Amino acid sequence: MSTLLIIKIVIILIIFTITLVAAMYSTYMERKVAAGIQDRIGPDRAGPWGIFQPLADGGKMFFKEDFIPGKSEKWLFILAPGLAMFTACMTGAIIPWGGTVTLFGETFNLQIANIDIGILYIMGFVSIGVYGIMIGGWASNNKYSLYGAVRASSQMISYELAMGLAILAIVMSTGSLNLGDIVEAQKGGQWNVFYQPLAFLLFLVCAFAECNRAPFDMAECESELIGGYHTEYSSMKLGFFLFAEYINMFISSAVISVLFFGGYNFPFMHDLGLSANAITFIGVGVFFAKILFFIFFFMWVRWTLPRFRYDQLMQLGWKALIPLAVINLMITGGWLMFKGDLLAMITKMF
Amino acid sequence: MLGYLFYILSGLTILTAIMMIAARNPVHSVLYLIATFFMVSGQYLLMNAQFLFVVNIIVYAGAIMVLFLFVLMLLNLNKETEPQKSMKTKLAGVIAGGLLLITLLGALIKGNVSSENLPITDIGLVKNLGRVLFTDFVVPFEISSVLFLSAMVGAILVGKRHNGETEVISE
Repeated sequence: MSTLLIIKIVIILIIFTITLVAAMYSTYMERKVAAGIQDRIGPDRAGPWGIFQPLADGGKMFFKEDFIPGKSEKWLFILAPGLAMFTACMTGAIIPWGGTVTLFGETFNLQIANIDIGILYIMGFVSIGVYGIMIGGWASNNKYSLYGAVRASSQMISYELAMGLAILAIVMSTGSLNLGDIVEAQKGGQWNVFYQPLAFLLFLVCAFAECNRAPFDMAECESELIGGYHTEYSSMKLGFFLFAEYINMFISSAVISVLFFGGYNFPFMHDLGLSANAITFIGVGVFFAKILFFIFFFMWVRWTLPRFRYDQLMQLGWKALIPLAVINLMITGGWLMFKGDLLAMITKMF
Repeated sequence: MLGYLFYILSGLTILTAIMMIAARNPVHSVLYLIATFFMVSGQYLLMNAQFLFVVNIIVYAGAIMVLFLFVLMLLNLNKETEPQKSMKTKLAGVIAGGLLLITLLGALIKGNVSSENLPITDIGLVKNLGRVLFTDFVVPFEISSVLFLSAMVGAILVGKRHNGETEVISE
C-alpha cells in the first residue's frame, strides 16, 4: 500500500469519528444552550458539568426495547433510520477540512475526495436525504407518521430549489464547482459573504429547512403530529433519526463556512511567518471554530423563534426565497458580464 | 476491475428493474425504481461522466422520484384499492412490450456495440460538457430550455385557481 492510501484511510477514519463525536456533543450543547436561553441549568449530573450526558443518553437508547409495530412494513421500517444516517455521513467526504499538509515526504489535502463536482455532490445527497424520513414515515403505517413524511418531502423539494439557486450565484462568481477551489478563491479576507450577502441569507434559511430544524421542523411538529415521522420509532432507531439530524446540522455548518466564510482561511494567515503545516493546523482550528459558531446559531434560532405554519412555510419558499434567489442570480450574472464597462463608466464620471 | 464492476452493476440494474415491475405494492415499485436510477448513475460514473452521474441522482432519484413517492403516499394505494386491469389490457401490454424488446434486440445484435471497451474520455467532466453544450449544441440546448419553460407555464395554468374558486386555507 502506498503512503498516500494509508494517509487517506486515516483521514477518512478521523473525519468519520469527528463527525460522530461532533453530532454526539451537539446534543449536549443543544440542551445546554436551551437551558441558558430559558434560564435553567441543563444537564449537570453525569460527570463534571454533565459532559458525560451524551454517553448516558446513548446507553439508554441502546438498552431500550426495540419495538416494531405489528402492521408496519418491517424491512423498510428497519431500513429508514440507516438510510437517514448513511446520507448524513456521506456528505462529509468532500468538505475541505484544511489546507495542504506535508508529512513523510507526501503532500496531501485534508479532504477525503477532491472532486470537481463538489457542490453538486452535496446537492445530490441533500436531495436523497429525504428518503430516510419518507420511508420511515410511510413504513410505520401511522397516519401522523405519514403526514410527517409527506410534509418533509414537499418541504425538502421546495427549499432545494432556492438552495440550488443561491449556490449557483457563488459558483458563477467563483467559476468552479470544486469546494477546494471555492475556499482558495476566498483567500485574504475575500469571503463570499461580503460579496453575496443575499445568497448567504437564502442559503442559511434553506439549510434550516433542509435539516428539518426549527422553525421549519414541520416533519416532527410535536403539537400537531405527536412526533411526525418518528412517532412509531423507539430505541436506537429513534436515536439514529435524531443523530442524523445533528450530523446534518454539523455538515450544514461546515458547508456554510466553506461557501461563505472562507473555510479554513483566516485573516493575515500568510503574514505570520509560520510554516505551511502550522498554518494548516491553525486553519483547521479556525474552521472548526466557524462550524461551532454556526451550530450555536442553529440552536439559538431554534430556541428563539416559534414554528412556522405549514402554508406559511410554502409561501416563504415559493413566493419569497425563489424569486429573491433568481434576482440575486441575475444581478450576479449582470455584474460578471458588465463589470469592466461599469467600472470604466464610474471612473469616467469622476 | 472496472469490467467486473460493470457486470455487477448491470446485473443489479436488471434485477431492480424487474423487481420494480414485479412488486405488488406501488411504493415498493417506486423504491426499486430509485435503486435502478442509482445503478444507472453508477454506470455513468464508470464512464467518467461525473456530471451526468450527479445530475441523474439530483434530478431523477432526488426530485422526480420524491414527487412520485409523495403522490403515492398521498393516495395511499395498496393491494385492495389498486385498480384491476382486464385481461385484454394485460395482453395488449405484453404484446406491445414484447415487440419493443424484439426490435431493440434485433438492432443491438446487428450493431456492434460493446460498452465495456469504451475508452475513458474526459467529455463527461463539467468543463468539457459545458463547452460542448454552449458551442456545438447551443441551439438544441436553448430550444429544449424553451420547451421546459412552456411545460412549466402549462403546469401553472392547469394548477391555477379559476375565478370564483375560493381559497382552501383562510389567511
